[in-house]
Amino acid sequence: MNMAGALTHDIIQGPPAPPVDRGWGDGGGSDGRGADRRACFTGLFVLLAASTMVFAALTSAFIVRRGLSDDWTSMHKPPILWLNTAVLLASSVALDLSRRALKAHDRSRFNLWWSTGTGLGILFLLGQALAWRQLRDAGIYIATNPSSSFFYVLTASHAFHLLGGVAALVYVDVQALRLRLGPAKRTAIDITALYWHFLDGLWLYLMILIFVWG
Amino acid sequence: MSSPAHVAHHAPQGFIRRYIFSLDHKVIGIQYYFLGLFSVFIGVSLSLLMRYHMVNPNVSVHWFEKLWPTAATGGVMTPELYLSLMTMHGTIMVFFVLTTVPQSGFGNYFLPIQIGAEDMAFPVLNMMSFWTTFLALVVMVSAFFVQGGAPLSGWTAYPPLSAAGRLTGPGEGMGQTLWIVSIAIFCGASLMGAINFIATTLDLRCKGMTLMKMPLTCWTWLVTAILGLFGFAVLLAAGVLLILDRVAGTSFFLPAGLYINDQIIANHKGGSPLLWQHLFWFFGHPEVYIAILPGMGVTSQLLSTFSRKPIFGYKAMVYAILSIGFLGFLVWGHHMFMSGMNPYSAMAFSILTMCIGVPSAIKTFNWLGTLWGGKIHFTTAMLFALGFVSLFVTGGLSGIFLGQPALDLYFHDTYFVVGHFHMIMGVAAIFGMFAGTFYWFPKMYGRMMNETLGRIHFYLTFIGVYAIFTPMHFLGIVGNPRRYADFTNVQFLGAVIPVHQFMTYAAYATASAQLIFVVNLFWSLKKGPRAEINPWHSTTLEWTVPSPPPFDNFAGVHPVVYHGPYEYSVPGAERDFIMQTDPPAVHAQA
Repeated sequence: MNMAGALTHDIIQGPPAPPVDRGWGDGGGSDGRGADRRACFTGLFVLLAASTMVFAALTSAFIVRRGLSDDWTSMHKPPILWLNTAVLLASSVALDLSRRALKAHDRSRFNLWWSTGTGLGILFLLGQALAWRQLRDAGIYIATNPSSSFFYVLTASHAFHLLGGVAALVYVDVQALRLRLGPAKRTAIDITALYWHFLDGLWLYLMILIFVWG
Repeated sequence: MSSPAHVAHHAPQGFIRRYIFSLDHKVIGIQYYFLGLFSVFIGVSLSLLMRYHMVNPNVSVHWFEKLWPTAATGGVMTPELYLSLMTMHGTIMVFFVLTTVPQSGFGNYFLPIQIGAEDMAFPVLNMMSFWTTFLALVVMVSAFFVQGGAPLSGWTAYPPLSAAGRLTGPGEGMGQTLWIVSIAIFCGASLMGAINFIATTLDLRCKGMTLMKMPLTCWTWLVTAILGLFGFAVLLAAGVLLILDRVAGTSFFLPAGLYINDQIIANHKGGSPLLWQHLFWFFGHPEVYIAILPGMGVTSQLLSTFSRKPIFGYKAMVYAILSIGFLGFLVWGHHMFMSGMNPYSAMAFSILTMCIGVPSAIKTFNWLGTLWGGKIHFTTAMLFALGFVSLFVTGGLSGIFLGQPALDLYFHDTYFVVGHFHMIMGVAAIFGMFAGTFYWFPKMYGRMMNETLGRIHFYLTFIGVYAIFTPMHFLGIVGNPRRYADFTNVQFLGAVIPVHQFMTYAAYATASAQLIFVVNLFWSLKKGPRAEINPWHSTTLEWTVPSPPPFDNFAGVHPVVYHGPYEYSVPGAERDFIMQTDPPAVHAQA
């Protein structure tokens, strides 16, 4: 085809479609449907990677500090931690039941389970505060021993992440209760739940770290 | 949660929403740029004070005493004051200039446009990221004004000095605490930025903009964001532990039995100063690439544009960027050869360090291959890109020496290291920024910069930086220690004092030459001749939109990409460049 022919072809039929790939190589475009939802998920995964790195750094510090010195004495762990763990796991389960209810178009059950999950999440934070109080009353402070130092640092870092999670849970809950849960909010629901499950898994990991080596 | 791009679609009203708390990535990019410009002014001023003091250690300067009544009594700087200037110079330059301008400045402005997006993925997060960086800078600078002044422990903040508190030195009280707080805030800001850069690059590319059609600038911004993500997360964790050692009495980094300034540190035991070094350098080495990678991207873009040739080995360039990023996380130990590490570990770190030479050489040879046989246009932007290549090679070669444990033991605490990292991390990255400024200024402000002033500025700066930093390598070989405030009384260094004097004069001259740039920048902002849409005849998407671009970049049109980013001098094409958005059929026949 000569140039004029190509131009005529273009004017009549429009330029040929660009090659289409799948996945990240796609270049689906900000105009493409779902790009914003995809970006939100990517953003969340990137955030989770950063959080993972924070705790990986703390873990490596934990291992090095424990291995290098002879002053590490295993501290007393408040038994309430087990209860807190159960509460946090239950909150994750509640959120999942909630999302299933939404898939089944059962809004009222969604609201019920989501509120339950949010309440349990807040309860976990209160339980953690109680654990710190019990430690304080037992005379175990952050500088008492490297074991307690790491306990406070790890639980506080986790709680800090959880505060963000609770804020997101409450946000979704308020939107749900005010009947403002349009399709655009589904991304917020999925992201919040995923973040919460991550914090749940992270807590299980921290429990192992604290109870086995702490 | 931050709202996605499409929500912030309409242009904001009012001065504050448009220019102060703007959600527009272009405004945020410019904010970062000027934050960097302010920081570089402070950073360079500090270095001039240091250079002055090194050659005039006992000369009384009236206004030193006015500035620092306690630290420069009688107008003569104390060694502690010198160390605080050094610490703040390094910190401000590394964090608020080298990390901020190439990535957050130019990246913010041009990443969305180059990939055909309307904005970053999370505009609110983007705005928060800038203002958090601003807060970090305010906290950092405030360390000058607290009791005891700025910290002394260097930009690496090694404990015990950085952890044991006040009694280790005048700036080690409040000043050091503010330093750590500022860095922690900066980490938060960088993490927010990284989230935005990665999500934007992966998910907001326009139709046809596959990853392998992205300009190399976008690749470097993406990899830099990934490095920042992992690096700053670790630095944040380390910073939290360090500040707890200072304020909460923990012993993460402080060992027992420390005897400092005639006092025994009784409250701490069991901590490991080396633990900080590991955590710090796990961030610190990737940080070097955070500073230099965007400069590599800009250089690639410019060498191709101004040679009127496709970049030599686009795919090899992409894989080199990725492998530099990956290997950058495996070599932190080469900053710690002096720490008494196991020789086998040192060997491993050394071999991995040499491995980085491979992708670095691939990039360098590809740059030369791009230039080979090209119709080179020596614009100011191109000159700075060529300067970047020169400095990268010079600085890289001395890195090969430092990567050998046996040689590093000798060189480590000498000026050899200072010369090395200033060449490759400092000046090369800054040349990347100059190149980017001259290249993109027409797009950002719709006016051209003055080429004559630009060229004078380039030649003075290029000769100047070599005059400052080349002698440092010789000083290092002689054994001149770094971080010393005064060597005039050190007998074996008597012969090199004139070299120091030469470097100081070179520093004065080079710093003065930067005024030409500042004048050019501000004069061109107001009076520069109007720029056309594509003054350099470049191919990438930012050159398809008006200068400066409209609020949503493409005025509601969704660009479609058909071509790679560097299709210059394509045989049979009408012009010597094919825009990425040109329809394919027009150029299909030869």
